[in-house]
Amino acid sequence: MSALSQLYQDVVIDHNRSPRNFGRMQEPDRTAEGYNPLCGDQLILYLRFDPEGYVSEVMFDGSGCAISVASASLMTEYVKGKSVAEVEHLFKCFHGMVTNAVDEPPATVGKLAVLAGVREFPSRVKCATLGWHTLRAALYGDTGHVSTEDKGGE
Amino acid sequence: MTIDVERLREDFPILKREVHGKPLVYLDNAASAQKPRAVLDALDHCYRTEYANVHRGVHTLSERATARYEQARRSVQRFINAASQQEVIFVRGTTEAINLVARSLGDTGLSEWDEILITGMEHHSNIVPWQMLCERTGAALRHAPINDRGELIMEDFYQLLGPRTRLVALTHVSNALGTVNPVRELVAAAHAQGALVLIDGAQAVPHFRVDMQALGCDFYAFSGHKLYGPTGIGVLYGRLEQLQRLRPMQGGGDMISQVTLERSEYAELPHRLEAGTPHIAGVIGLGAAVEYLETLDAAALQDHEQALLEDATTRLQVIPGLRIIGTAQHKCSVISFVVEGMHAHDIGTILDSGGVAVRAGHHCSMPVMQRFGIPATTRAAFAFYNTHAEVEQLVQAIGQAQQLLSGKQQAVS
Repeated sequence: MSALSQLYQDVVIDHNRSPRNFGRMQEPDRTAEGYNPLCGDQLILYLRFDPEGYVSEVMFDGSGCAISVASASLMTEYVKGKSVAEVEHLFKCFHGMVTNAVDEPPATVGKLAVLAGVREFPSRVKCATLGWHTLRAALYGDTGHVSTEDKGGE
Repeated sequence: MTIDVERLREDFPILKREVHGKPLVYLDNAASAQKPRAVLDALDHCYRTEYANVHRGVHTLSERATARYEQARRSVQRFINAASQQEVIFVRGTTEAINLVARSLGDTGLSEWDEILITGMEHHSNIVPWQMLCERTGAALRHAPINDRGELIMEDFYQLLGPRTRLVALTHVSNALGTVNPVRELVAAAHAQGALVLIDGAQAVPHFRVDMQALGCDFYAFSGHKLYGPTGIGVLYGRLEQLQRLRPMQGGGDMISQVTLERSEYAELPHRLEAGTPHIAGVIGLGAAVEYLETLDAAALQDHEQALLEDATTRLQVIPGLRIIGTAQHKCSVISFVVEGMHAHDIGTILDSGGVAVRAGHHCSMPVMQRFGIPATTRAAFAFYNTHAEVEQLVQAIGQAQQLLSGKQQAVS
């Protein structure tokens, strides 16, 4: 498969066209706003916890390229029901996968492996990680703006 | 007169290369243009055979390098028809040129009574330095809005222009929209109010010849790298009487005539504003770029670019869901567009896989994006070395991107 078709797999196209958990959440426990000034991508992330502290609901709203929308959409599906520590671990695995730090996508990332093709497109890594950085900002209560330009290398 | 584009393409070695196994279709010229062999050779010759520091050297190489450096200044002077070579100041680029004027204007005194007037289609480099100046001095920054076609609204501009306007800073050609502003008219109006005028010519000089004496502006700024020259070098043109009033932004070597430990006397123009060892090879390369352009028929190049613009506009605007942003009556060969359901970054990535290089983003013109209510555009900017076949490739590639992102087709490349 070519690098381009690795990047725009059917799952990615589908999640871009019909993003899951998309829209505004009423009365979230936490929100954070993410912004990629390079391409104008902007998303708001909403989070709710259950009494045990697990992520019970995640939603996102905003606009962006296919990679950032699909990545955020897949992420919301995947982190539901997980603890903060589990989300953090997942983020590290995902981040390693898209920044080429690992050869094969780790099993932990599951369906998110469809985004592994991003590693061939360094200028698009920020798109794939925007949702994740915003999620972490929401998780850790850092409710300001998250900009991909504050994240150094990506 | 027509031009032989295929022969001109021979002058640009990089145009022969492939990207992802496809012939390069380079349409990112508004961001930076490719370099002709004349420039590459001049840089090579400079470093390989005639390199030394310029000015005050008594040895052969320094004299040769100085002669080349100052020859480049005369070439630029001739190219823009400045009245004197003292009016050509070498800087790092358009951004530095504008900052130099903004910084110096602040030093010579602005108050809360004063206003700076810009337009709604400026590049960030012609917005931020004025915001900084206004923060420093208390002066007010005004901006004249643009209409839905991306043209300056003249009535609003004239209304905002008044006795308080100390300086008008406007772009000659919009990098994001391609709009060509009626600068002669605007310069005359500003001067009638006693305001200075700085023109950002970064996107103009690559497309048509400019004449400083006919234009009558006080300052004109442009970059070498968009003019087929090297990066890191640009020009601040200024009318002699205005440059004489500018206070140097930097002090140091080469800009003085006499230094004691207590005080210094500054050198004459242009050296007064060129402190330190300059970008010698860059200046020589820029000189080679304008000398190369002088061997070509400027009017014929412009006609060819306009034909490309017309061709591309006609072909693009019939693509379903595609909307051209910037439909001014007077445009350069720059086309910004948005496509329904497709983000500019995805378009850029998919086009690149077919060898087509375009720019995707806000083009350092966020206020323009805000004006049109869009986050970003895809921008195809044509140079004289582009062809109608490349317009066709762009159109085809956009069709493929639409297919791919709609999920109707697997990526084939």
